[in-house]
Amino acid sequence: MTVTFDRSVLSDVTRDDASLRRFLHGLPGVDQVGAEARAASLATRSIKTTAKAWAIDTAIRMVDLTTLEGADTPGKVRSLCAKARRPDPDDPDVPSVAAVCVYPDLVEPAVAALAGSGVQIASVATAFPSGRAALATKLQDVRDAVAAGATEIDMVIDRGAFLAGRYLQVFDEIVATKAVCGPAHLKVILETGELATLDNTRRASWLSLLAGGDFIKTSTGKVSPAASPPVALVMLQAVRDFADLSGDLRGVKLAGGIRTSKEAVRYLVMVNEVAGEQWLTPDLFRFGASSLLNDLLLQRHKLATGNYDGPDYVTVE
Amino acid sequence: MSERVAVRKTYKLYIGGAFPRSESGRSYPVTSHQGDLLAHAAQASRKDVRDAVVAARKAFGGWSKATAYNRGQILYRIAEMLEGRRAQFADEVAAAEGGSAKAALTLVDEAIDRWVYYAGWADKYAQVAGNTNPVAGPYFTFSLPEPTGVVGVLSPQDSSLLGLASVLAPVIATGNTAVVVASQQRPLPAVSLTEVLATSDLPGGVVNLLTGFTAELAPWLAGHRDVNAIDLTGAAAEQRTALETAAADNVKRVFVPRSTIWADDPGTTRMTAFVETKTVWHPIGV
Amino acid sequence: MNQPKFTYAPAPESRDIAHLKPSYQIFVDGEFRDGRGDAIKTINPADEAPLAEVSEADTTDVDDAVKAARKAADKWAALPGKDRGKYLFRIARAIQERGRELAVLESLDNGKPIRESRDVDIPTAAAHFFYYAGWADKLQHAGFGPDPKPVGVAGQVIPWNFPLLMAAWKIAPALACGNTVVLKPAETTPLTALVLAEIIAEEDVPKGVVNILAGGPDIGAAIVENDALDKIAFTGSTEVGKNIQRTLAGTGRRLSLELGGKAANIVFDDAPLDQAVEGIVNGIFFNQGQVCCAGSRLLVQESIEDELISALKRRLATLRVGDPLDKNTDVGAINSAAQLARIRELSDSGEAEGATRWSPACDLPDRGYWFAPTVFTGVSQANRIAREEIFGPVLSVLTFRTPDEAVEKANNTPYGLSAGVWTDKGSRILSIANRLRAGVVWANTFNRFDPTAPFGGYKESGFGREGGRQGLEAYLDV
Repeated sequence: MTVTFDRSVLSDVTRDDASLRRFLHGLPGVDQVGAEARAASLATRSIKTTAKAWAIDTAIRMVDLTTLEGADTPGKVRSLCAKARRPDPDDPDVPSVAAVCVYPDLVEPAVAALAGSGVQIASVATAFPSGRAALATKLQDVRDAVAAGATEIDMVIDRGAFLAGRYLQVFDEIVATKAVCGPAHLKVILETGELATLDNTRRASWLSLLAGGDFIKTSTGKVSPAASPPVALVMLQAVRDFADLSGDLRGVKLAGGIRTSKEAVRYLVMVNEVAGEQWLTPDLFRFGASSLLNDLLLQRHKLATGNYDGPDYVTVE
Repeated sequence: MSERVAVRKTYKLYIGGAFPRSESGRSYPVTSHQGDLLAHAAQASRKDVRDAVVAARKAFGGWSKATAYNRGQILYRIAEMLEGRRAQFADEVAAAEGGSAKAALTLVDEAIDRWVYYAGWADKYAQVAGNTNPVAGPYFTFSLPEPTGVVGVLSPQDSSLLGLASVLAPVIATGNTAVVVASQQRPLPAVSLTEVLATSDLPGGVVNLLTGFTAELAPWLAGHRDVNAIDLTGAAAEQRTALETAAADNVKRVFVPRSTIWADDPGTTRMTAFVETKTVWHPIGV
Repeated sequence: MNQPKFTYAPAPESRDIAHLKPSYQIFVDGEFRDGRGDAIKTINPADEAPLAEVSEADTTDVDDAVKAARKAADKWAALPGKDRGKYLFRIARAIQERGRELAVLESLDNGKPIRESRDVDIPTAAAHFFYYAGWADKLQHAGFGPDPKPVGVAGQVIPWNFPLLMAAWKIAPALACGNTVVLKPAETTPLTALVLAEIIAEEDVPKGVVNILAGGPDIGAAIVENDALDKIAFTGSTEVGKNIQRTLAGTGRRLSLELGGKAANIVFDDAPLDQAVEGIVNGIFFNQGQVCCAGSRLLVQESIEDELISALKRRLATLRVGDPLDKNTDVGAINSAAQLARIRELSDSGEAEGATRWSPACDLPDRGYWFAPTVFTGVSQANRIAREEIFGPVLSVLTFRTPDEAVEKANNTPYGLSAGVWTDKGSRILSIANRLRAGVVWANTFNRFDPTAPFGGYKESGFGREGGRQGLEAYLDV
């Protein structure tokens, strides 16, 4: 879809709740079956040899290496950061990942561990994962993370407000969050598993892009279903169409449940064919994952040597 | 006191709900089974065929989209109208076909019952001939019979009323419109039937009736590219090949009956012959 | 344009999987033997290289095949339905087991992408046998009377666009109903039908029940003209279909025809546009557009024409045209030089008549029969490309303003095989679907096929249905 109206319209649509609702509900519908069929069809692309090698390295560079557990410790984060810098200790050719992603209170050890690496420090904030806190609390959460050195903030939207149709409230929260991010990039987590329909995914994507999110992100990883090919398809269409309309390139981050190289490569195919090759960069596409990286490393090794590896040949953090 | 001089009927065509004479100005004598002159009937021409097809096509949109319930009601209304004129039709059938008055009345009654039979089918046929299709995917899919379009009907030559009812009612019950060529030698009951049709809420043009020479009219119907199907029941055996050949010009559906024993249970064959199956798909998603 | 970032390496399916033999024979009365016609070379349309030698039938072979089918008919019809069904189940399973082989062979012989032969043609062919297998002992429940009888011996002539699938569409219902058959695949694509004959022989289907003859149009004509055949089933062009109908005129022999089409794909302004774009692409570029039900006329509501066309063009730029055996190929080769010539001729007429022609940048191979996906905008109803079946990857775009106009334009053709409608409004879908004079209406989808779903045309697209309960009627004496 190419939206061919004037960019000034964008400010109008967020004038009030009614305008925003009209805009979001005026977006073309998503036929679930057709979207699933398109996603499944893209998944039949056969990516082999040189293409696969390129895709695996690109995927590694797009990983937001993530740990978001109550049991996380500074030690675990430091170990993760070492892996992020140099995913394969035996092979310096393996690129660093895009970022590590931690809770706000663990940003500090990450900053220290990643100094000079170019690896970004992402932090989930805004009362992640539920977002159920007062706005002031959520914004303070962001300020704390940014103050500690986070260069990327992964916020969650208020799904309750979204599902209740209070779109402007969701919009305003994103705008407010963006304002306290300062230089940090803002990724807006839609939690598509709770939005339930692809129509809602499209609307929430546009809402987040209109509000200034640098990335739209599928999931917290704490809700099932998380990232899925049809959801990724709809979000990639949203950033593509938003770019057509506004000229701004915004990113997409898939998170939750992506564990295998095969899935990652399929998503890269989708990025390539749906959004376009401009999006094939860590600046515009990310995988939020933990175990995915090891599978990418195993596949990389298999491609390089022709032999299959076992899990003992990659590091477990 | 002299006997009253009867008012005789002019037997005309029935096209688009009106009763014109043949545009050709021709007529031909119609005699009883004993050879007595009964009347002069209009002898339709190719241009009457043309006009009748235009009328039938014009009526098709409305009739095919009328509710099945409505079509059933109208077909039943035809039976009601016939019932009130049993005696007249019995006389006409007896004159045309011979046989006893009682036998003629039986034929009329069977003809009336045939209209009732198909009246009842109007809102059931799709239920019997249609179904959903359990496809292997997230799609709701159903197949329904729809009327073929304009059907040319060559009425049986022998059975002037029961035979006519048997070939005409199934065609219009499912929503087709018809251009009917009446029995050449026995057209008068058919013409009287059009008077019933005209007073039964049947929209003009749904049934158009031509009297005349079957062999002259049939090729124009068979070759007409805006006629979707043709029933060759009343065609002469020696003309069949030519008619079927002409029908191929627009891939017409051609119906040749297996049985012309009109007293038999008609079943669904004559409806099935003039419907198309339409399959519709739609995804199932949220 | 710069080198793309993400270049998909070639991912060819192995040609060896096809188990291509140097020569193929006709199958008559349970035996493989040379036909008495010429031996021809069947070629790979992707590179014009010969694939194998095929021994073609002559008219005496047709007579032999018809006699064999006639001889087998009574016994086959008398076989309990459950046993006829079991043979069909066996065939279905064997097609599944040899699915990869058949897919590669189909792509070699036809030029279609392996993705389609692998994911559509072959599995759907197997499914068709599986579906009709189950009918064989349930015919009394099909709505055609308490004890429906077979028609007898059927002659079946099929096209080159879905070689194995069309063979399945013809053979499966015929056999389930207790008929025997003489089938002729198209001259340019005989191979998978002849492998199907191998399967039929291996599964011990009684001899003579299925006879498969390679040959050209003369052999098709000999089948059509053979008085000993009780029924003819033909899928192909409307022109040939009309000739067959004329040939059978007055003979009392039965006929079912599945002919051409010029389907309208109607897109309303409230359509799910991304899916509509996919439906348009699938509608006209599936199998290189060599599909009788292809959505060859795009009718787009005027208010979204620019938006839709630019989205469509962007999508077409991602289509991968090339080696049919590459698993990433979306659009393969045109089946024959003759077909390519026809597509070129009609496309040139589109330009000559003033329509605007567009194709995405794509490198076509030097050898073989290739035609780039093509879109014509600014097409009027009167243009040849809007009226004639092109049977190629060529889309004609027309516009409409109101639902009535859309329906009127969609129906304004002698054909009536299929149509598409795209809108998010449920009541409109039902209204439009109701008013379209076409045998298949895809709403918010396109080019879906299933053995349970009847398929066939209105008007000059033919008569009779294939698939579903309705598909039995063509092979029962009702």
